[in-house]
Amino acid sequence: MEYLLEVKNLTKRFGGLVAVNNMSMGVKEGEVVGLLGDNGAGKSTLIKMVSGVYRPDGGQIFFMGKEVIIDSPIKAISIAIETLYQDLALAENLNVYSNIFLGREKLKKVLKFINVLDNSYMHDEAKKVLDRLEIEIPSLRNRIRTLSGGQRQAVAISRSIYWNAKLLIMDEPTAALGVTEQKKVLALIRLLRSQGIGIIVISHQLYDVFSVADRLVIMRRGEKVAERNIKETNTDEVVSLIVGAEKVTQRSD
Amino acid sequence: MSNNKNSTLSVSQSLLSILARNWALLFVLVLILIFSFTGINFFSSKNFQNILHLSTIYLLLASSETFVIITGGIDLSVGFVMGLSSVLSATIMRELHAANFTPALSISIGSIVGLIVCIIPGLINGVLVTKYRVPPFISTLGMGGIASGITLVMCEGFPVTFLPPYLTAIGNGYLIYILPGKAISFFNRPEGIVGEELRKLIRIIPNSLMFNFVILFILWHILKNTKFGQHTYAIGGSMDAAVRAGINTNKHLIIIYVLSSFLAGLAGVFNVFQTGIGNFTPFTAMYELIAIAAVVIGGASLMGGKGRIFGSVIGVILLRTIENGLHLSGVDPFFRFIAVGLILIVAVVIDQLFPDLF
Repeated sequence: MEYLLEVKNLTKRFGGLVAVNNMSMGVKEGEVVGLLGDNGAGKSTLIKMVSGVYRPDGGQIFFMGKEVIIDSPIKAISIAIETLYQDLALAENLNVYSNIFLGREKLKKVLKFINVLDNSYMHDEAKKVLDRLEIEIPSLRNRIRTLSGGQRQAVAISRSIYWNAKLLIMDEPTAALGVTEQKKVLALIRLLRSQGIGIIVISHQLYDVFSVADRLVIMRRGEKVAERNIKETNTDEVVSLIVGAEKVTQRSD
Repeated sequence: MSNNKNSTLSVSQSLLSILARNWALLFVLVLILIFSFTGINFFSSKNFQNILHLSTIYLLLASSETFVIITGGIDLSVGFVMGLSSVLSATIMRELHAANFTPALSISIGSIVGLIVCIIPGLINGVLVTKYRVPPFISTLGMGGIASGITLVMCEGFPVTFLPPYLTAIGNGYLIYILPGKAISFFNRPEGIVGEELRKLIRIIPNSLMFNFVILFILWHILKNTKFGQHTYAIGGSMDAAVRAGINTNKHLIIIYVLSSFLAGLAGVFNVFQTGIGNFTPFTAMYELIAIAAVVIGGASLMGGKGRIFGSVIGVILLRTIENGLHLSGVDPFFRFIAVGLILIVAVVIDQLFPDLF
């Protein structure tokens, strides 16, 4: 099956430092790829090139079979690549549906010439997408500030989905969440996968990655060191690949 | 048993939160009650109309400040921009009037030029804040000083006088005049009344009140119902979220500072209509203190993200009621600064204690 997103030989340098070196990887539709690596391995830099924050110094990005040049975050969003950063970038003082529609508000005309926010339309549309993702939030008129971490994550995901994201990049989606909330977010990721969305998950929580990913890409010092199907590997091997140990150390007990 | 206790607890909590949320409004009512006993002629429709009439420039300054504070900024230049527009438009009116232009033409041209020129300080503030990352506190403080200096150079430290006629007739006019049992008229006093009859004349709805109502309604609408208003809140709530949602935050902030400056200019032009002269803003006036205090009393947070036009209006009315009430109760006017300062600090403390209100 053809890749939804494929990067070939991507390279990014910051002065003398090669943050990402000749990196190639791909994500298919309806596939969850876990991107793993220690701090400074180059995961974030790689992701930022795909989401338009950084311009690559070399290499190509293909999206839906065509080469694309992603020179700004807006460009990435416009071709249906959405990135959820750890801080989620929600306006906490606005309510749920206002956040989903932020920057793309639906307007209606009053007295034929005054444009006003169409709050009921936005509320109903937001409700639809939350229902589709089986997310329960007591009232969409609640401000984000009053929601839990998991609910916020769900709102951020719904926003991408509502705007027809085909590829979703998630940076540490389960960090700073309670156990129950983590489970809900993971279930949500599985649901998105079943709806044909390609997902890249960056996480340090190996347990979460193993429970949700189909494939793992492991980076070290800016390079891809391994690629594994989830069924053909285990946490011990992955840990040793991440830290760069030559052999898989056995536990003594 | 414990369930019962919980429910009474939550009832008293929600009651407390309603009280805290509307403390400014309640405080206004309490003040009116107190001043009704202590102030001579305080409780009268004439005095209440007077409070609103004299609040006009403060309402304009506070609503301009509301927009800026919601974005997380602050505009310390509003008082001096008001003085600039007042002196500039008055000077133009005087010169045109002296050159034998009709009063209507002199007044219109003076007002329009005053308003347009006042866009410039806001534009510069906006560019400094967005493109050069100058903190709003500094850029608007500096701009206030510059505006004040230009104003004083222009008027040489004296109010601008010898303006065309009819200014104060418009600025201090009323919608309806009633001479009980004899006459009723709109916008102008009934013809030919003098002496004792003039004292009996009942004036209803000052022009300034209608003017305020229109301006404040438009600003309320912008903030509450439009995309522009929504983005204003979003920028104050999370600059990051706004940027990533594709909002042109720099352009938006520049418009906000221009709007703020424009409203300050409008206050200055109104000031000419109200007083019949061009007043420069003395450094002791501290208009920005009163404007900021009103906005914070109205429930805005200096951290940005919240605030309402209606709240700011309540804030202005509260401060103006205190000033008026203290005055009519025979208290030295200098005490009002103490009162304003105290209430500003109390408002911020309330905001810190109950961050999720409003």
